[in-house]
Amino acid sequence: MPLIWLRVAVVCYGVGLVYSVLLLSKRGNLLGKLVEPAVGLGLIFHFVSLVESTILVGHLSLASIHYSESLLAFLAMVVFFVFFVGYRTTSPGIIIFPIVFFLTFASAIGQKPVTLTSPLLRNGWIFVHVVLIFTGYAGLFLSFGASLLYLAQERALKSKRQTQLLTWLPPLQTIDDIGYHALLFGFPFMTFGIVTGSVLAIAKYGPMFFYDPKILLSFLMWAVYLLLLYTRWTAGWRGRRAAFLATVAFVVAIGAWAANNFSRVHRFIAS
Amino acid sequence: MKFVLIGVNHRTAPVEVREQFAIPEARLPEAVKELATYPGVEEGLIVSTCNRVELLARTTNGTADLNGFLQQLYGFDPAPYREHLYEYRERDAVRHVFRVASSLDSMVVGEPQILGQVKEAYATARAVGAINSQLDALLTRAFAVAKRVRNETSVATSAVSVASVAVDLAKKIFGNLQGKTVYLVGAGKMCELSARHLLAHGAKQIYVSNRTYDRAAALAKKFNGEAIPFDQLYETIPRADIVISSTGAPHAIFRKEHGERFLSKRRNRPMFFIDIAVPRDIDPEMNKLDGIFVYDIDDLQQVVSSHVADRRVEADRAEAIVQMEVDKFQGRLQTLDVVPTIVSLQEHLETVRQAEIDRVRGRLGTLTPEQELAVEALSRGIINKIMHTPITTLKSAARESAEVTTVIDLVRKLFGLRDARAAAVSHEDDAVTSEKTGARH
Repeated sequence: MPLIWLRVAVVCYGVGLVYSVLLLSKRGNLLGKLVEPAVGLGLIFHFVSLVESTILVGHLSLASIHYSESLLAFLAMVVFFVFFVGYRTTSPGIIIFPIVFFLTFASAIGQKPVTLTSPLLRNGWIFVHVVLIFTGYAGLFLSFGASLLYLAQERALKSKRQTQLLTWLPPLQTIDDIGYHALLFGFPFMTFGIVTGSVLAIAKYGPMFFYDPKILLSFLMWAVYLLLLYTRWTAGWRGRRAAFLATVAFVVAIGAWAANNFSRVHRFIAS
Repeated sequence: MKFVLIGVNHRTAPVEVREQFAIPEARLPEAVKELATYPGVEEGLIVSTCNRVELLARTTNGTADLNGFLQQLYGFDPAPYREHLYEYRERDAVRHVFRVASSLDSMVVGEPQILGQVKEAYATARAVGAINSQLDALLTRAFAVAKRVRNETSVATSAVSVASVAVDLAKKIFGNLQGKTVYLVGAGKMCELSARHLLAHGAKQIYVSNRTYDRAAALAKKFNGEAIPFDQLYETIPRADIVISSTGAPHAIFRKEHGERFLSKRRNRPMFFIDIAVPRDIDPEMNKLDGIFVYDIDDLQQVVSSHVADRRVEADRAEAIVQMEVDKFQGRLQTLDVVPTIVSLQEHLETVRQAEIDRVRGRLGTLTPEQELAVEALSRGIINKIMHTPITTLKSAARESAEVTTVIDLVRKLFGLRDARAAAVSHEDDAVTSEKTGARH
């Protein structure tokens, strides 16, 4: 049953994906009126799916990779909506919708879910750790999306041509605010997520846990995150330079995510 | 419906002619009253702006001599200006009113002022009692059409002046201009105009710097701003979010290295430079810096002309809306035409019914309440059956327009009704007079 709801959510998010693609191909906002209700509905189905699968397992747990992908997508969408309510613009969706779609899609088509059997995952603290980290990721995604939009809008303004993009995108200042506030929003989550993760890992593996690729990448991402905020506070970096740093942070984040496959500490499959 | 419209506008008449016809605001109430009481005119409205003078009247039978009225109003013979005057009747008059209110007939199509001006003219005419029935319906509809055009087309959304384009761009950079700082370099007319626009959209602080300090001070005073000596220009400019430059300097006064310094002082907060000087005050290289946006007069003009082209496309869509609305309005008015006839037909037959019942009542003796009801129902039923076809015919004739008057006349003749329309009009007149007397007390 949770899988069915999740697939319904995927279809709804698909509207968001098509919307992004249409906008990028300068087809204007054909789906403009449809996209908010569609992804909103997707979010509700997604929530139902998450709740049901939790009930099915009987307790909060990260029973499978698919579940955690789904959870990350869900949190990214929640963060998107928090900012949508604040700024009344769907434009960061142009980046967020595809990410959310593919994450949800990957988790929804899983025929044979990879079951994570490690007993560690029964621990409630792990769940807290994952939710914190994922919320941090979501903030980072949004900020990354905003910084790309900032570049696009800046270029449109400098080119002095009246493009569709120029009229569709929100003002530069608004995009900048979204990007910055998304960073500020995500940073504490990321920090506490890493702290809880470290504490858990020390408890289980001792200080050696640190030399794991996953862990190293996570700390690197956190450092870039901090650097982003620092340059913003001191030199007011935005635009191209901020977008560059955000891209680095994003790539490292993807790397850290993918590093699950190489990590001893973070694999959670009893072999 | 006997609408007649006569007027001059920016297309048909040069300003020298329009001046002749313009009616000062103070005289307008009196003039419109004169129009409404002119022989053959039932209701009237006058719109007088710098681009147009329009006299709209609903006449008794469509033959009122509005040219005669012009002569009476202006005290000169309008005949020499005949080529500048246009005259619309009925449907064309309705369309013209809709187009004017929707700003499709304006010099700058889509400009928003005209609707307000028509509304004012309407309020003036109403206040002196020159508008009471069908013109009221026409104008109310015209305002609704204007709203529809504004909502459903983008004819009025794009900026078509250099100053308003500058405001639009500033908004695209800063979101809103609330609390933004504007710096004027040079104290020319264009600077002043743009600054006025920016202030109207919420900009807060104005600084003015000019080679002649006195002129800067004078301009700053106008905006409640602050004048800054020209030798402090470079230190003070980083305070500004928006810089408008229009000095007579022979070469650029702001170069890329200046821009870099401004940005580092502002901690990279964006700046918008508007260069309306020729030769240019700002080196275009500065536009390459992250966070600085430079638009010169040509860039702004280019935006203006692309918007003008967009508006033309949208105007076609707007015309289609107007056309549709004219048809709808026409249909409604024609239905209004048959209403008095239907009412008097019903009244007539009801009187007949009552009279017949009264006549036979004596012969029927006392009736039980049930019998009383049955007699009521029987007579009413017959009347309704008889009236059904004539009423449907009248209503459908109203929709099909052409033969409506013939059908009305025929029905009236067949049933021996008195002239319902005349009755209705005289009734309205009574109402207006009593309203006026009411107001006086």
